Amino acid sequence: MKALRNWFDKQKPHLEKGGKFHLFKSGFEAIEVFMFVPNHTTKQGTHIRDYVDLKRTMTVVIVALIPALLFGMYNIGYQHYIATGQQLSFLPVFGFGFLKVLPIIIVSYVVGLGIEIAAAQMRGHEVNEGYLVTGMLIPMVLPVTTPLWMVAIAVAFSVIFAKEVFGGTGMNIWNPALVARAFLFFAYPSQMSGDSVWISMGDKAIIDGFSGATPLSQAAAAAAKPMAEVASNHGITYSLMDMFLGFIPGSIGETSKLAILIGAVILLITRIGGWKIMLSTILGGLFMATILNIFAVNSYMAVPAWQHLIMGGFAFGAVFMVTDPVSGAQTNRGKWIYGFLIGVFGIMIRVVNPAYPEGMMLAILIMNMFAPLIDYYVVQGNIKRRMKRAIVKA
Amino acid sequence: MSKVIKLKKGLDIQIKGEPANNLEHISKPETFAIKPADFQGLVPKLTVAVGDKVKAGTPLFFDKYQPEIQYVSPVSGEVSAINRGERRRILEVIVKTDSANLSEDFLQENPQNLTSDLIKTELLKSGIWPAIKSRPFGIVAHPADQPKAIFISCFDSSPLAPDYDFVFKDEAIAWQTGIDALSKLTKGKINLGLSVNKENKIFSQTKGVEITTFSGPHPAGNVGIQIHAVSPINKGEVVWTLMLQDVIMIGRLFLTGKYDSSRIIALSGSEVKEPRYFQFWQGGSLSGLLKERIAKKNVRIISGNVLTGTAVINDGFLGFYDTMVSVIPDGNYYEMFGWALPGFGKYSPSHTFFSWLGSKRKKYILDSNTHGEERAFVLSDEYEKVLPMDILPVYLLKAILANDIDAMEQLGIYEVIEEDLALCEYVCTSKIMVQSILRKGINNMIKELG
Repeated sequence: MKALRNWFDKQKPHLEKGGKFHLFKSGFEAIEVFMFVPNHTTKQGTHIRDYVDLKRTMTVVIVALIPALLFGMYNIGYQHYIATGQQLSFLPVFGFGFLKVLPIIIVSYVVGLGIEIAAAQMRGHEVNEGYLVTGMLIPMVLPVTTPLWMVAIAVAFSVIFAKEVFGGTGMNIWNPALVARAFLFFAYPSQMSGDSVWISMGDKAIIDGFSGATPLSQAAAAAAKPMAEVASNHGITYSLMDMFLGFIPGSIGETSKLAILIGAVILLITRIGGWKIMLSTILGGLFMATILNIFAVNSYMAVPAWQHLIMGGFAFGAVFMVTDPVSGAQTNRGKWIYGFLIGVFGIMIRVVNPAYPEGMMLAILIMNMFAPLIDYYVVQGNIKRRMKRAIVKA
Repeated sequence: MSKVIKLKKGLDIQIKGEPANNLEHISKPETFAIKPADFQGLVPKLTVAVGDKVKAGTPLFFDKYQPEIQYVSPVSGEVSAINRGERRRILEVIVKTDSANLSEDFLQENPQNLTSDLIKTELLKSGIWPAIKSRPFGIVAHPADQPKAIFISCFDSSPLAPDYDFVFKDEAIAWQTGIDALSKLTKGKINLGLSVNKENKIFSQTKGVEITTFSGPHPAGNVGIQIHAVSPINKGEVVWTLMLQDVIMIGRLFLTGKYDSSRIIALSGSEVKEPRYFQFWQGGSLSGLLKERIAKKNVRIISGNVLTGTAVINDGFLGFYDTMVSVIPDGNYYEMFGWALPGFGKYSPSHTFFSWLGSKRKKYILDSNTHGEERAFVLSDEYEKVLPMDILPVYLLKAILANDIDAMEQLGIYEVIEEDLALCEYVCTSKIMVQSILRKGINNMIKELG
């Protein structure tokens, strides 16, 4: 450890302005602070500082994502083996998924961090930790069949246009991971929806009778038929247990509600994800779905409200996307409104709008845009209380 | 029974090194210093030169813009040095003490028999006046102001703070005399803030005051929080605040006619051998006090508490307003993968380290490492959890960074000073310099208001 520390100290002069390797200063420092918490001491203000820093926070979020990611890998293999009619056994199934997902993660991190480090070098500041989470979220919200070059383009677009142009981590308006997904969704729609994108086939052929449709697209398809003709469970052929555990087609990380729940517990225990925002999103979703139930004119609208929570990306969005502290509402009251409206819009788009099979991504992006407005009114409320006090006294 | 206000938000940092309840007498330090930097916004004009003989209470310098406010020598002796910094700014006026123990003579009279103007004159003349701070802004009070009330917090909730019940147990008479003098300075009330967890033997017996009792974690003992809970400051209003030891100094002034700068201070912190109380003096050199009493070499010595105090070097001096000295380990070390380790032994209110599973009564050694680099604001609701005020701290800080005077005013800058937001700075994941940003905003505000 000492030797490594000395090595870092020795290289430092070369990276200063005028040094041979000044161009790599930000990248070098990023690696250095990754290896060692720096020896900075407090200069003014408080003499002690909490041990937590942004690196720690982001690490915890990644830990919370791991259950969903691991299950996602397994499920990719599982869906492949089912679709091709092969025998299931754990290692090959997981191994298949692992080898499909890993390249996407690597592309996401290499491209994203590369751009972040270059931007930091250009601006002459440190590399921010925000991308550690974004880089993990992007693969998890994509279909496994997304070509790697598309992943690279989407990551580049999102890091540059959703984040760095606004000033980097902490300054962005939209959730960068969702911007990457939305970019692909609108630029390459055939790759992002439909029944064939969710399952990686490899070189095998699909067996007869396997559709690959997600519960959402099944429910949407059933909605076109008269209500009386729709089979039980609103046209969805998957069991509720499969939808909860995640043995259904879908984006890599979104299928298992159980794994997402574990992630949610980690976020709540460490107090990194706010319970207010998660709860209000779920309440909003239930509220909208209940209204749709009451006025149901097709089978989709009649899907029980709670069942929406285990379909599609609602749970993943509510736990990992809505809780993004930068793009979401930042005041406590604002969080209630923000989360609730995401839940409402998410279900509304999902059920009522035939053009989009899933509404969570768009609902969150819309509300990202309105979050500052919500906060503005909450802040105005605080100001009004203060002003009123002054007038009463006077 | 007095009113009880329960504050929920805040944080009692589990830091090691609380002072034990026993008092040690030590010999008087050889040198004393008055530092203009202890007083926000002061531009000092010297009235002494090196070599001048002074008594306790002899003016050393005065405020260029308010010449009636004088800053005096805490002891008798000789001005031995005037240390200057950049652009000849005065850093310290140092007085080498003699054995004579002389004081200037001031009026010795029961303040109840004196007029408000006479009390003001005496306080100004004796140099105790700067102990009266004014809110908004936490600056030395303007003698011409009419404060709507005077607030005094009778307990210190900050980390490792002295227990005022113990410190002032023999000062009942000086305390009441000081309160009597202060009550002539305002047409409003004198508000005392007491803690539910303390005995408050002296304070609860005080006559002529309004008592409010507070429960809850730090910063419940901060006078700013108490003002906000009892009668928040609005635009155009002025409230005066004092520290307890200064009320007692005022009491002693009228009881004895002397400037008596002695005070009991706490020497606390994990690096102190046997943390406890010492009989000490305002502005005294700390070198004698610290010698032989510090366990390690590589330490941070702080005049004041670990959240708001001033770092001093080994032969530094006790600050004008300070009643404690904290000593913690210095944090100038690298830690390999420190951010990734489980952190069973790392105290953190954030729950991201496993130490949160441990006992809430366990005390930890905390050092001066920043534990990370400064970043942009990312997390929300961190500051709000440790600030028991109806204020949105992040929005206030952003208004200050944008230098938006109107927004600063609307978001409540009149109600806070650095110490009130100190915990926000401690818990901040992004390592933002909350206190220095706030002071910058306050200074801009003062400039704007003229």
